[in-house]
Amino acid sequence: MTKSGRFSWFLFSSPQTFYPLAGTLQPWFGALAFLLCAVGMYISFFVAPTDAQQGEAYRIIFIHVPAAWMSMFLYLVMGFWSGVGLVLNTRLSSMVATALAPTGALFTFIALWTGALWGKPTWGTWWVWDARLTSELILLFLYIGFMALQAAIDDQRRADKAGAVLALVGVINIPIIYFSVQWWSTLHQGASVSMKSAPSMAATMLIGMLIMALGFWMYSIAAVLARVRCVILERERNTEWVMEEVGGQA
Amino acid sequence: MNWHSWSEFLSMGGYALYVWGSYVVTLVVLVGEIVALVMRRRGVIERLATFYAARRRNHEAEA
Repeated sequence: MTKSGRFSWFLFSSPQTFYPLAGTLQPWFGALAFLLCAVGMYISFFVAPTDAQQGEAYRIIFIHVPAAWMSMFLYLVMGFWSGVGLVLNTRLSSMVATALAPTGALFTFIALWTGALWGKPTWGTWWVWDARLTSELILLFLYIGFMALQAAIDDQRRADKAGAVLALVGVINIPIIYFSVQWWSTLHQGASVSMKSAPSMAATMLIGMLIMALGFWMYSIAAVLARVRCVILERERNTEWVMEEVGGQA
Repeated sequence: MNWHSWSEFLSMGGYALYVWGSYVVTLVVLVGEIVALVMRRRGVIERLATFYAARRRNHEAEA
């Protein structure tokens, strides 16, 4: 609350006020993630029927597609906060971008891994150098590059700036991944969910996939909040309040 | 219900390696991240406590 009594978003733009807020929210998002993933897993194994063409192999879709969505979505969020940090010079924005990268990289890895395990029985190969797969692999390298670049520069502000420029340039890769199946001929099937056409899959399959996607989303929020709390403590270690915070816990 | 027995469930219609390979690795990655985050938090707090203690000692030595 501000002096005038109006709620202000800027109140939480300082690390000191965001740190306890993140600590309060994190277990709720974690619990929500657990519940949604449990329900999603139940649907994916016990409610969704066997696929007529792919048999049981298609059940990989319930983690593959949500993980691929998260890998792209988290990158856009990382790009957004990097941009905000670059333009407004707000410390917390850069910290959030830093905290997003490892979780984004993990979901990219999961998308690639489950894609390979799905490709082998359906296409007969673990990997092809086609547009969709290659651009998703580039996404993994962008995440890793962002983390490596930030870790390699000692001056925190310069590390944030360099990372933000890399993150923003890399955003161009997201539409390339998304539209790759339309722009180039590829082994990869088209979009699983489209705004324009009727769903191409059974309703229970779609619902299971969406619930898993929500679960991954909530998981990502919980993980990023936990990580940003660590980043805040590390970077704000010379402030009075972090000293009290750590002193009270050690 | 899709399955009539445990063995049928586990065999995933012959795709056990691919389906379970996906789910198990995903679980390991996510649980691994949670463990890493818990350890990182402990590590940060421990390191900062040492850092503050060392700084306090330096200040006292100077005074």
